[in-house]
Amino acid sequence: MKPLILWSDALIFLLVAVLVLFFLRLRHDPQIRARWGEVFGTRLGMTTFTVIAVYVLVALLDSLHFRRALEPVEGAANASAEVFYDNRVTSVLDLMLGGMGERFERTYSAPFALYSFEKQNMQDAQGRDYRDFPRLRHAGQHLENLEDKWRDIAALSLGALLPGLLLCALVIGPQWLLLRRSHLPWRASWWVQGCVVCLWVWLVAISRYYHVLGTDLGGTDVAYQSIKGIRTGVLLGTLATLVMLPIAVTLGVLAGYFKGWVDDIVQYLYTTLSSIPGILLIAASVLLFQVYIDLNPDFFAIGMEKADARFLALCFILGVTSWSTLCRLIRAETLKISQLGYVQAAHAFGVSHTRILSRHVLPNVVHIILITFVLEFSALVLAEAVLSYIGVGIDPSMGSWGNMINGARGELSREPAIWWTLSGAFFFMFVLVLAANLFADLVRDAFDPRSATGARGRA
Amino acid sequence: MLAYIIRRLLYAIPILIGVNLLTFLLFFVVTSPDDMAVSQLGEKYVTPEAIEAWKEKNGYDLPLFLNADAQGLDHLTETIFFTKSVRLFVFDFGRSESGRDITTDVSTRMWPSLAIALPTFVVGIWVNICVALLVVMFHATRLDRWVVFTFVALMSISYLFYIIGGQYLVAKTWKLVPISGYHTEGQVWRFLILPVLVGVVAGIGSGARWYRTLFLEEASQDYVRTARAKGASELRILFRHILPNALIPILTGVVVLVPSLFMGSLLIEAFFGIPGLGSYMLDAIKSQDFAIVRSMVFIGSMLYILGLILTDISYTWADPRVRLS
Repeated sequence: MKPLILWSDALIFLLVAVLVLFFLRLRHDPQIRARWGEVFGTRLGMTTFTVIAVYVLVALLDSLHFRRALEPVEGAANASAEVFYDNRVTSVLDLMLGGMGERFERTYSAPFALYSFEKQNMQDAQGRDYRDFPRLRHAGQHLENLEDKWRDIAALSLGALLPGLLLCALVIGPQWLLLRRSHLPWRASWWVQGCVVCLWVWLVAISRYYHVLGTDLGGTDVAYQSIKGIRTGVLLGTLATLVMLPIAVTLGVLAGYFKGWVDDIVQYLYTTLSSIPGILLIAASVLLFQVYIDLNPDFFAIGMEKADARFLALCFILGVTSWSTLCRLIRAETLKISQLGYVQAAHAFGVSHTRILSRHVLPNVVHIILITFVLEFSALVLAEAVLSYIGVGIDPSMGSWGNMINGARGELSREPAIWWTLSGAFFFMFVLVLAANLFADLVRDAFDPRSATGARGRA
Repeated sequence: MLAYIIRRLLYAIPILIGVNLLTFLLFFVVTSPDDMAVSQLGEKYVTPEAIEAWKEKNGYDLPLFLNADAQGLDHLTETIFFTKSVRLFVFDFGRSESGRDITTDVSTRMWPSLAIALPTFVVGIWVNICVALLVVMFHATRLDRWVVFTFVALMSISYLFYIIGGQYLVAKTWKLVPISGYHTEGQVWRFLILPVLVGVVAGIGSGARWYRTLFLEEASQDYVRTARAKGASELRILFRHILPNALIPILTGVVVLVPSLFMGSLLIEAFFGIPGLGSYMLDAIKSQDFAIVRSMVFIGSMLYILGLILTDISYTWADPRVRLS
């Protein structure tokens, strides 16, 4: 086994570390504490935050990559000397899913099905050719009587309940001991955690014998694919926003504070950028990076690294092309703030520009940044699906909800319709975006009670 | 007012130049004129002479930004950038790399785009206002909370699912309209109704939620309290006091989108097979036809700037207190 650190893995862990540090520092500010208390004081806030945290945790687990060592080939000359590594990349999450992604079928199959979706030529015992639905390789092989399928599933589910509940107790117990006297509604969070843990155990137990969400065209388990899509979605949302934030904040604050020609240039920049149809800008930039990657194949040892480079490029491009809205908001707010008494007073006392900006202006635009961060996150998760459809999204070798939708959108017109791939992607994407949107609403209410205009979705 | 508009129009010129510069940079970092010639000619017939001939015919035989051989002002003007982008300013889009006339293409493809985008826009605003008004009537009740939750849930569904779901339900299961396609003779509306429906439904979540907050903001104003104190009925307050005042931010908020309606919707047109400007753009991206991309970017940014100017004008028109200077 050889650990493998992709660039995006390193970035996401760095990012989470920075965020945690940031929040630990902010904890000491009583005003900010009170506002977060408002967010987490509601059951909705607790629930949605837990859901988001679960997604982030899955993304982190899926970012611990390694390459398996291949079994030495029998009879090879230097079998002992050198260890070869698998070209496929495995993550800790794959281990936790109990090899769900390694049970391939030939092609489509419905959820919990025992037979393939398509007919195939086969031979019976007498050697005659006939055409029928073949049995699946990894579904219900242990069944003696196929009629018993649903009874078997029920028995498996019941069997998974006990370890599931045990694990729940293990996860929630310590929290309960620590936090039972807290005035925050932790109970809502524990419910979510409990459900997730039970579902997880159930999924791992059942998927050893059945495909819970069926399989796709290539025969991969759809539940597995949907879970793998989490990493892509979460990473894209956070990394792209993080590229955008420094640009937008710096330019916005500078324009609003210094006014004059600085303001003119910044305004010119964001008007120019936002007047180009967004899709065209993104598509052209993605093609640019694709050409670069294709021209320099030596930089990337394995396919996964190439996909990762393209993914990072996409994050970067989305960040660079989407800073204009936030920049405009921050510029307007800074204009307002720099007219206020305390900034004028600081000027009169001869406080330097850098100090005024960092001590008086920046802390007062933090709420805008925070709200934009959460809102932008959900918008980006949604945008990924659209970009993948146009063909400038995530590399097809890297699982993502957009690629799943793109691959399955035509299959609804088949008879019977193949609905499970779309449903898997839909469910996992919907839950994440819904949680982020609801959380963003709460954050906005807590930090900016005056704000009236709800953010509008992307066109 | 007129002076203001003229100044704004003049201000648009540097922005459009910037837009052009950016498109050129992005495109020519990716491909050189030679690559373009190869991809347009097809792998089969590529010879150095053919590439040179193609470049000369299409005007790509000049340097990109600076012409070192030329004298004086020609230093800047005898370049691909200058010759290709100046013509855009007088709306001469020239020919696409595959030889079609872009101006004709745009003017024929504009109408299907508009046929979808305009009804979606108008019906969408109307539906959103109605829904938002209904919700405001039930403000601060349990129903209100659930409806707002539903709005957020609707917002959280990807646009792709609205399209796929609409096609599956309306066109495939109920067989009410064709799944996709477009033709101008006869019953055009049969092809338009589903895209418009999908566009309107997909917009309800964010739109109605936004209008609801606008209405509620008006509802907390003093004049509403006065009206209530005078004994005006709730319905009268809603329709005579709140609605007209809340229409101002709604109007000024959507005006910026009006010119861009010509550009159509990329996704809707691609899924429903409508020969509009959205799918035109998509095809151009896929075939890397730079002439089309350049022209569409130019038209798109021009319409956007027009939208910004219209927004400013609509402010003064809707609210006499605002003066433009």
